[in-house]
Amino acid sequence: MTVLFGVFLLTLMVITALAMVHTKHLFVAVVLSGIFSLLMAANFFLLDAADVALTEAAIGAGISTVLFLGALALTGEHEHSRSSNRFVALGVVVVTTLIVIYATFDKPRFGDPMAPVHQHVAPWYFDTTREAIDIPNVVTAVLASFRGYDTLGEVFVVFTAGIGILFLFSVSPPSRKPIPQPGSKGIQQNFKRTLAKAKDTEVAEESEGLRHFLIPRVVGRLLIPFILLFGLYVQFHGDYGPGGGFQAGAIIAAAIILYALLEGEAQALRVIPQSVLTGLIAGGALLYGAVGIATILLGGNFLDYSVLAADPIAGQHIGIIVIEAGVGITVTGVLLSIFHAFAGRRRI
Amino acid sequence: MIDWSVHLPALQVIVPMLTAPLALLLRPRGLAWAAALAASLFAFAIAIMLTLGVLNGQTFTYQMGNWPAPYGIELGVDAFSALLLLVITGASALALLGGRRSLDADIEEERQPLFYAAWLLALAGLVGIPVAADAFNVFVFMEISSLASYVLIAGGRDRRALPAVFKYLIMGTIGATFYLIGVGLIYLMTGTLNLADMALRIQEVADQKPILVAAGFITIGLALKAAVFPLHVWLPNAYTHAPNVVTVFLGACATKVSLYLLLRFDFFVFQPNLVGHELQFSYFLMPLAVLAILIGSGVALFETNLKRLFAYSSVAQIGYILLGASLISAAGLTASVVLMFNHALAKGTLFLAITCLAMRHSGLHLNNIADAAKHMPWTMGAFVVAGFSLVGVPGTAGFISKWYLITAALEQGTIGIALIAVIVASSLMALVYVWRVIEPAYFGDAKPDAQDFETATTREAPSVLLAVTWVAALANIYYGLAPSLPVTLSSNAAEILLRYVP
Amino acid sequence: MDLLVLDLFHYWVFAVLLMIGFYAVIAKSNLIKKLIGLSIFQAAVFLLYITMGKVEGGTAPIIQAGIDNAVFSNPLPQVLILTAIVVGISTTALGLGIVVRIKEEYGSIEEHDIQEIDRR
Repeated sequence: MTVLFGVFLLTLMVITALAMVHTKHLFVAVVLSGIFSLLMAANFFLLDAADVALTEAAIGAGISTVLFLGALALTGEHEHSRSSNRFVALGVVVVTTLIVIYATFDKPRFGDPMAPVHQHVAPWYFDTTREAIDIPNVVTAVLASFRGYDTLGEVFVVFTAGIGILFLFSVSPPSRKPIPQPGSKGIQQNFKRTLAKAKDTEVAEESEGLRHFLIPRVVGRLLIPFILLFGLYVQFHGDYGPGGGFQAGAIIAAAIILYALLEGEAQALRVIPQSVLTGLIAGGALLYGAVGIATILLGGNFLDYSVLAADPIAGQHIGIIVIEAGVGITVTGVLLSIFHAFAGRRRI
Repeated sequence: MIDWSVHLPALQVIVPMLTAPLALLLRPRGLAWAAALAASLFAFAIAIMLTLGVLNGQTFTYQMGNWPAPYGIELGVDAFSALLLLVITGASALALLGGRRSLDADIEEERQPLFYAAWLLALAGLVGIPVAADAFNVFVFMEISSLASYVLIAGGRDRRALPAVFKYLIMGTIGATFYLIGVGLIYLMTGTLNLADMALRIQEVADQKPILVAAGFITIGLALKAAVFPLHVWLPNAYTHAPNVVTVFLGACATKVSLYLLLRFDFFVFQPNLVGHELQFSYFLMPLAVLAILIGSGVALFETNLKRLFAYSSVAQIGYILLGASLISAAGLTASVVLMFNHALAKGTLFLAITCLAMRHSGLHLNNIADAAKHMPWTMGAFVVAGFSLVGVPGTAGFISKWYLITAALEQGTIGIALIAVIVASSLMALVYVWRVIEPAYFGDAKPDAQDFETATTREAPSVLLAVTWVAALANIYYGLAPSLPVTLSSNAAEILLRYVP
Repeated sequence: MDLLVLDLFHYWVFAVLLMIGFYAVIAKSNLIKKLIGLSIFQAAVFLLYITMGKVEGGTAPIIQAGIDNAVFSNPLPQVLILTAIVVGISTTALGLGIVVRIKEEYGSIEEHDIQEIDRR
């Protein structure tokens, strides 16, 4: 039954992907990509990857969609010219696919417990997690401790993207056309205007977000504290169940983005100004790094948390909680900065 | 007391990496440059210490988080990676030391903390790759260096930097994703991510299809990142429109890191399992290398923009490096690795000299530099030295690498003669395109314009930049006369790479 | 036969998604469409990794007290893909930033138009 459901999901994913590539309407393509991510997340869940499913849902379906919409608001929704070098592309693509399919004939059977991936390295993670780290979620143990250096690198990838966007958008756009005046009053139009609103809030009306829409406002306001709470739960529950800094950061950022959509982006920036966000971006990354430096100073290797306390297991717990906090802080800071950068950009 | 020397491989990466967020927070803004320079110099010092250790027969390994390999992430430094570390950190330190004035002109002051943070991340990402002994860790650091490089290149004043960087982003991401597919397939068959463990366990894999496909994906993905012909199309525009100092840094070392990884994988990971892999490698890459050499040099002959001219010359030089490797011999691989070092030296110096020129000339067009030698004699002097090194004139570093390459080709019999013909032909082309710059600069007549009285006097580049350029130029001569350091490291590297070749 | 098809289905969907994404990246002229293609392309690889970590009859790798004989799926590919997802969104965000700047400077986000403008 699960297998059949899996096949159904995979087939839907292929159809969605085809539709995304085919449609000329970029808005549709972006919405479909959100659906694609949700299907992917459901599929990950079926494949026992709860943490990955949560991340894909929060980042792929949530944040990524918001960023694409933000960019569309600034660049236009229609794809104009037709595809170019279509046959070259088809050729390259078909060859690549045939090669990939060729590779799959000799691979171990799907789900085979005797496959090399399950025989080497992975069993050690289960044993050592029980003995040396003592938290239930093995994914968190691998992520934060066994391969903590990768995760540090990952935080810095996010950090790089954040400063990259801030750097790119620190150039003010060349003004060619006057700022388009608000026209129709559709929700989508209004949403777009909110995203595309001028930073210097010359048009006062624009900074008000969805404040004039009663139902979104009431429902939204009710939701925000719960989302924040859920984010914090995901942050601190990562040791025990699916969750951790990346997912929590994405969820908390989503709550504040929702606030910005409801109350206007200027109001959101008044609550958490950009200077604070920059501090969060750098602070989280530094917090993670500081744990590593501390472990060296205490006589261990870089990121060897067991020296952080007299009892190595307690040390591991402390290390994991602190670095996960660092991850969450940086991810929140970066995602919000990127959102504000897109939303605050004047449309030309 | 903590023994810091144990931590050197880790410090090599984390010093620049953790300085990046600090640079973002520093006030006043000017301190960001100082922080970036200090971290670069510190990283350079660490690279020198590691190299000295390697030359003394030490091998460095480091267990991140004190978890044993292959379960935790391992770092390792041997002769091959040490040479790369020297090149990367040296390029970053020299470019930052000399480039301040040029960067001040390109990047507004309030944007500088972001820019220098990106620079430090590019540095950390690039050094993270040779240091890593874990296939997935390599991917993470590849992405840090790539994303940071996109930011640095997009800092160019010319708007054409933007489409160039977008193309680089697309092709770079495809390359990295191909690499990830390849690593996934190897992991599927071996269950490990540690490079040495992979090389060991891959020998027991009976079904070769997934490994063969993995080799294909990783080779092509990394060839994309390394701008191997014909996958080089992102490189010329990206290097041309980047800020000049960024071109110095990335032009000297960025593609070499991918080449390093390409050789590491093909010789160290795939070779033990795939029968005749070295021949496939050779048959696949030798024609590409020859085409890269001829076409890269050929296009450079006709380019009129100085930076683009030398970007195409880089395409040709990447061809040389691959040609050495595709000979599958100790001499060939030594030549290949020496070339990485010497080309970085020559190209870095050339781009530094071009940065000097750009400080005083509005456009970097061949027509604009007429008479440059008269008012910038020192800049042009350094340019000539580096140009000769690129061509391979005796007495410069470039001669050493050409010499090794020709020696390696001679061992190959008939095909070797043809390869030597290619090398000689393209060296002559290099002489021509370097001469195309030297000729107008020394013998060209300045246009009888209103600016005539201005150009008559000497207007050299800022003294710090000029001094750095000359340090780099003198290094070209020094390593031409006393090449023992790069040659020793390279022959050790060749030995490591040939371990599994029958 | 059925089993073989089911067995290979996940991998072939990976291959097909890879193909769709790759095609969009190469053939589409619109820069946002290229980024959408790129994200499908990357998502396909996520599927490859997660699929290989699945163990028949397994459950998510979270150790529960009192249950000793549970079969767990492999945590390592999941960790790698957590990283890869974050890397993917970072690349997409930066790419979108560049697209917005291109629109501001060139007034278009179609590759053809931009090449045309630069040629002039």
